[in-house]
Amino acid sequence: MTTLLSAKNITRRFGGLTAIDNVSLNLDRGTVHAVIGTNGAGKSTLVSVLAGELAPNEGSIFLNDQDITSWPQPRRARAGMGRSYQRTTIFPSLSVHENCRITAQARHQKFWSWASPAQHCALSNEAADRALALAGLDADGKRIAGLLSHGGKRQLEIAMSLATHPNVLLLDEPLAGMGPEETDRMLDLLQSLKSEHAILLVEHDMDAVFRIADVITVMVNGAVIAHGDPIAIRANPDVQTAYLGDEE
Amino acid sequence: MRSTLRAIFILALICAVALLPMFTTGYYTGLVVKILIYALFALSLQLLVGCAGLVSLGHAAFFGIAAYYVTLLSPQSGPGNLFILLPCAVLAAMAYALVTGALSLRTKGIYFIMVTLAFAQMAYYVFHDTAVGGGTDGIYLYFRPELRIGDWVMLNLDDQYVFYLFTLGCMLLTWAFLAMLMRSRFGAAITGIRVNEPRMRSAGYSTFKYKLVAYVVAGGLAGVAGFLYAAKDGYVNPELLAWEQSGLVLLMVILGGSGRLWGAIIGAVVLTLLQEGFQSQALFGELAKNWHLTFGLAIIILVAILPQGLAGLPEQLRARRHAAKKAKPSPTTA
Repeated sequence: MTTLLSAKNITRRFGGLTAIDNVSLNLDRGTVHAVIGTNGAGKSTLVSVLAGELAPNEGSIFLNDQDITSWPQPRRARAGMGRSYQRTTIFPSLSVHENCRITAQARHQKFWSWASPAQHCALSNEAADRALALAGLDADGKRIAGLLSHGGKRQLEIAMSLATHPNVLLLDEPLAGMGPEETDRMLDLLQSLKSEHAILLVEHDMDAVFRIADVITVMVNGAVIAHGDPIAIRANPDVQTAYLGDEE
Repeated sequence: MRSTLRAIFILALICAVALLPMFTTGYYTGLVVKILIYALFALSLQLLVGCAGLVSLGHAAFFGIAAYYVTLLSPQSGPGNLFILLPCAVLAAMAYALVTGALSLRTKGIYFIMVTLAFAQMAYYVFHDTAVGGGTDGIYLYFRPELRIGDWVMLNLDDQYVFYLFTLGCMLLTWAFLAMLMRSRFGAAITGIRVNEPRMRSAGYSTFKYKLVAYVVAGGLAGVAGFLYAAKDGYVNPELLAWEQSGLVLLMVILGGSGRLWGAIIGAVVLTLLQEGFQSQALFGELAKNWHLTFGLAIIILVAILPQGLAGLPEQLRARRHAAKKAKPSPTTA
């Protein structure tokens, strides 16, 4: 398996609070790497640091063996890092296809074509069509995004990331607020994306995590307390005490 | 069919405005020129406020700088050349926009408003407190520029009707340019940044660059308006850069309808006419001396009853009619 994203000894502080404390992880193509932890464990901060929204105080981040620690978020995105947010961040008044096209266009902005109409960008339209097909939304392209169901909006959120041709997907609670059917659909989608992408999944739904994750990292108070495959994590006494509870 | 009718209506309106000076007195022609200049000025701010979501309270700086530039660069012995004066005035406004935008766009929301206001007031006090532009007295532009190549005068703006048509042409070109810009890839990016900047950054857009380009373009267009204003009145003073001027053009955008290009034009028409109307002793008698009071009241009422601005009025009426139709029980359910 190829390691696409590698974070080494990442620390992020907010004043006196250490939100992430010396965290290291690798994201490999073909794997879903879940990060779990209680509220305030530093999971979303970790995603923000990897995506480039927040700069780490210490540590390094490598994408395809290239040090991207100092790169701003847009440059990381153009280099192949896609992310989805905890809260849905679609453009509700645009159509589903337009939502994907607008994110796809970030890769096709050329100075000499600044004035050409947005809907005539063939490369962006193709990328949007492809992303919608991957996300299972190809039949909804003309619908107004704001009118989709909650699950549909979450799928669109991922489709918008896919439209930018990412290698790495950073997904912050993509299952938040979903019913069982929508959760199944989303897990199928993530499973189908796995072969082409390295996926980091931050999620509270433990059943879903243990169903789909290949590797799990457990965080408590900003630090990693356990790392391994789902069976090892389930059996880890520290994890049971700190997070999962001593159910068994 | 509907779009054809709309195009015919707009074309007829443009022709009517173009022919207006033939049927009115000089006062009304001057008033329409003033409206056209403010419409262009408001359109430039619409790009920032309505399209990019950047509420600036310092837009008058670009307007005033261009007005001063053309006045200071014009020779006192004869008309200056439009080919040189207009680009110079616009470039001066754009240069100031580039410098101030590069700094102020690092802030957001209320802080952005404050920083743009501060930069505009800095420019205001340069002209107000120094001899650069004649201090508080301002300076005169003795000759309107003319468009000439060598000795061949292509356009003499000293002719009132030529100046009128030139102003109308500039306003229409600005409108067409902005309409094209908002349909372009750049426009799509700017709109996305207004709605959700973090999402656009995570997609790969360097949003700061886009906002800076919008800021500089808006500054340049405001510079065109400033050039026309100086050429119209032949006189510039520091009040052109004052925050009241920035507030007035912001009101035009909000009252006309933020986000809609023609909203800026309607806002400029209505606010300029309200200003003129409330100052008219023939219409308001003694009250005209306190026109700021009636003008302010009128703005409060308009903003209260038209939350989407004048351009949003048809939608507002449609929504009300739709709601009334829904509330009315149908004969079968009664």
